[in-house]
Amino acid sequence: MLKPTDTRNPDHYHRVVDCQWGCPAHTNVPEYIRLIANGQYTESYLLNRKSNIFPGILGRTCDRPCEPVCRRVRLDGEPVAICRLKRVASDLRDDITGFLPAIPEEKNGKRIACIGAGCASLTVANDLLPLGYEVTIFEKLAKPGGLMWTNIPEFRLPAKVLWEEIDYVLDMGVDLRLNSPIDSLAALLEEDYDAFFIGSGAPKGKELNLPGRWDSEQIHIGIEWLESVRFGHIDRCGDRVLVIGVGNTAMDCCRTAQRLGASDVKVMARKTKPHFKASPWELEDAIEEQVEILENHSPSRFIIEDGKVVAMEFDLVTWHPGENGRLRAEKLGSKIIECDEVILAIGQDTAFPWIERDIGIDFNKWDMPIVDKTTFMTSRPGVFMGGDAAWGPENIIWGVEHGHQAAISIHAWSEGRPLTDRPPEGMNLISQKMGLHEWSYSNDYDEAERVKMRHVDLQERFKRLDIEVEEGFDIEQTLTEVERCLNCDMQTHFEANLCIECDACIDICPLDCLTITHNGTEEEVTRRLTAPLLNYPDQPLFVSEALPQTGRIMFKDEDLCIHCGLCAERCPTAAWDMRKSDLLVPYAGLAAGELHAGMSIMDLALNGGTAGGELAGTGAASTGAGTG
Amino acid sequence: MSYIKKPRVHHPGLTRNRLGLTRRDYEGTMSTLCAGCGHDSITAAIIEAFWELEIAPHEVAKTSGIGCSGKTPTYFLKEAHGFNGVHGRMPSITTGAHAANRELVCIGVSGDGDSLSIGMGQFAHVVRRNVDMLYIIENNGVYGLTKGQFSASADVGSTAKRGQVNREHPIDSVLLSLNLGAGFVARSFSGDKEQLVPIIQAGLRHRGFALIDIISPCVTFNDHRGSTKSYQYTRDNYNQLVYADFVPPAEEIATSFEAGDVRSVAMHDGSRIAFRKVPEDYDPTDRDQVYSYIRGRQQAGEVATGLLYVEPAPREATDAVDFHGIHGTVDEPLSNYPFEDLCPGADALEKLQKRFR
Repeated sequence: MLKPTDTRNPDHYHRVVDCQWGCPAHTNVPEYIRLIANGQYTESYLLNRKSNIFPGILGRTCDRPCEPVCRRVRLDGEPVAICRLKRVASDLRDDITGFLPAIPEEKNGKRIACIGAGCASLTVANDLLPLGYEVTIFEKLAKPGGLMWTNIPEFRLPAKVLWEEIDYVLDMGVDLRLNSPIDSLAALLEEDYDAFFIGSGAPKGKELNLPGRWDSEQIHIGIEWLESVRFGHIDRCGDRVLVIGVGNTAMDCCRTAQRLGASDVKVMARKTKPHFKASPWELEDAIEEQVEILENHSPSRFIIEDGKVVAMEFDLVTWHPGENGRLRAEKLGSKIIECDEVILAIGQDTAFPWIERDIGIDFNKWDMPIVDKTTFMTSRPGVFMGGDAAWGPENIIWGVEHGHQAAISIHAWSEGRPLTDRPPEGMNLISQKMGLHEWSYSNDYDEAERVKMRHVDLQERFKRLDIEVEEGFDIEQTLTEVERCLNCDMQTHFEANLCIECDACIDICPLDCLTITHNGTEEEVTRRLTAPLLNYPDQPLFVSEALPQTGRIMFKDEDLCIHCGLCAERCPTAAWDMRKSDLLVPYAGLAAGELHAGMSIMDLALNGGTAGGELAGTGAASTGAGTG
Repeated sequence: MSYIKKPRVHHPGLTRNRLGLTRRDYEGTMSTLCAGCGHDSITAAIIEAFWELEIAPHEVAKTSGIGCSGKTPTYFLKEAHGFNGVHGRMPSITTGAHAANRELVCIGVSGDGDSLSIGMGQFAHVVRRNVDMLYIIENNGVYGLTKGQFSASADVGSTAKRGQVNREHPIDSVLLSLNLGAGFVARSFSGDKEQLVPIIQAGLRHRGFALIDIISPCVTFNDHRGSTKSYQYTRDNYNQLVYADFVPPAEEIATSFEAGDVRSVAMHDGSRIAFRKVPEDYDPTDRDQVYSYIRGRQQAGEVATGLLYVEPAPREATDAVDFHGIHGTVDEPLSNYPFEDLCPGADALEKLQKRFR
């Protein structure tokens, strides 16, 4: 017998909001898209900033874990352009400095040291400074930002956007020490700090130790090369460039090479397109710029003449299924490809030569520090770690989320509370009924196709390194794209005791999500559903309590629901209602839904009208006043 | 009613019938009836039945009279021919349509007011004439469109929404049509599609007049405690007397039933009705027995449902007579003949009249 779904557990409705569930930081995507639709760009930006302190940066560079899981993919194949809508909010916002949390004059006496001024450390600082902490960040380079600054070329991320968002944090009063590499953690631990956060990233590019590798100066490590370009140490490159590897760094390298004067850029891939690591959109952008991508070329040696690389030899391979599901290469021949420069972009690693191995921080057999996935603490109490440093390269948004979690731990640590007692998430659930057939949101299904991002003219964009290729959505494109969002947080909320089993909801549902049938085993029930389950159990099946008249059960397959609200409109007893689920996420010093003292009315409105602190520590969902 | 239209986007698993149509292609426009109206469930059952029978919508004539029931043909088979007639006159319209084109699949949707009050005479005669049609009465016991007065099917002792008690005796369309000689009589419930869909299919395939009286609760005016046509009352007193499965010509009767448990009744087009779980003392092909059995169940306070009576078919040529059989019309639909052939013209009329002067 299937058990009734507990919709008071925030996880159930959170799962229905695929984008928010897919986002490591649980950004409230549908709400910020509605705010954009409403022209409330500043509010939308601020809502974003609660979970993700870099909306402008990530509106251009995010790896978009939210988009492949977007419900729209399962309906018409193309996700809502969530990421680029975020950029709209960022581009069109007003000055938001007045809405940032106030920093207390009086400090709490706790000092935190962060290593590396990247996304993770900046998030830690962002969360702890309003609580009265003093935060010092040690950065080895001359500028903060980490890989966001050194590795993302300006034609993708304008400097102004980057610095503005980094400055929001720094201006809260970070004690930033530039050009200050940490050579010995042991030495730093001796200093007077209450906790340490290591957010030093994965700054070491992987090597390709093939014959000839060390015999030419024209062979570069991708991320180092990009960094040199960023700092202006490199401002041109050879005519024919080979980029080895086909991840996102490779995409940035090949496109940068073209802007530095290369006329023939080839990206060399060992496998075929389905195995490419680069995001599909980054591949597309490179291909649009006439970069050639060659599959099944496995590098075998560098060919050097007079101390200069003149060509590379590749094995031409084909792939067969091998053991453990891994592919096995078969060599078919070899090929020499001439070149003037080679850029290796085959991955990156963490590097901890500066962490002594006898100070209580344990490393695993791959020489990675052991970090607790919940508390983000290393095996040495008081030393925390997050971002790429902790588990290897990931996207910025992961670094941000690690920063939030580490800040929660550091706050608990500083106050002497156990780190494993994580503050629970909460949920507001509020009816959206505005009239007999009227909802607070745009509930009709819009058949529009995903809006295509316009790019700067192909000739024009190569003139300078800092011409942003993507033009951003104009108002018309924005208004089209926002309507594609299905408002998945507008939940179909069901109260079994009100149902009279008239079937109206089942008959009207355009996606055949609903079934009333007798309870049974999972197998029996799934066979009796109105339409087959396509993505169960990844997508939840709602199971109601027994219905009053016949004892049967209402089932809802959440998979394809478009949240049109017709079930609730056709329901004579309001057993179905459309209720907005607002996931309340805790942050350091803030219980779920709580705000910093003195936060603005605007921020209150963004919290669905909840007074700060109402749900502190309860973890229970509060059900807002519905119209019943 | 709703402000938005039902979006066209549909489940990717939606299947197509042999005409290449999905269930969604058999829908009409959005219902403007009250949310929760039983009529909308009947509409959904009609859509399901037509889709499964693979009847092309343009081969269907849907007709209705006045009342909430009169609106419902708009909500299914948007590509079918339709006529919303005068109050209680749906039978005449349907008779005319079927007389002109005997190949049309005719479905008339009426209500207890439309059929048992103002249209009582028309109803009686369309049964008598055995017009080849499916006649659906959406029976809710009240005049919903005029805000809830008792209709002719309201039971004695049942109350209106504001408490008045009904003292007048009801007309039962099932007993009435059995009396009038209908060859296919069923009662069902809008809240039970499992029962309703196969009965609609069998009714559509029955040659001659087929009646389905469907209890269809009026959610606004007759779904309260004193009602005998509410969701709750119907479910509490529901007696599914017979289980009828519709078996299309090409299919075998499912073998999952116990051999002695199934009784098969053949229909004229080779399809069959498989009766299951029929009480031992009940024969759905014995008109007199059915009549008294239903009377008995009614007196016991039960709502007897199912395909209650079906004429053992095919009858001998002499009495196998639907409307066209009785009148000996040609096999070719009259609508296929040129106008000149059907209407001799003014000169011929003049000649005829001269004979009587």
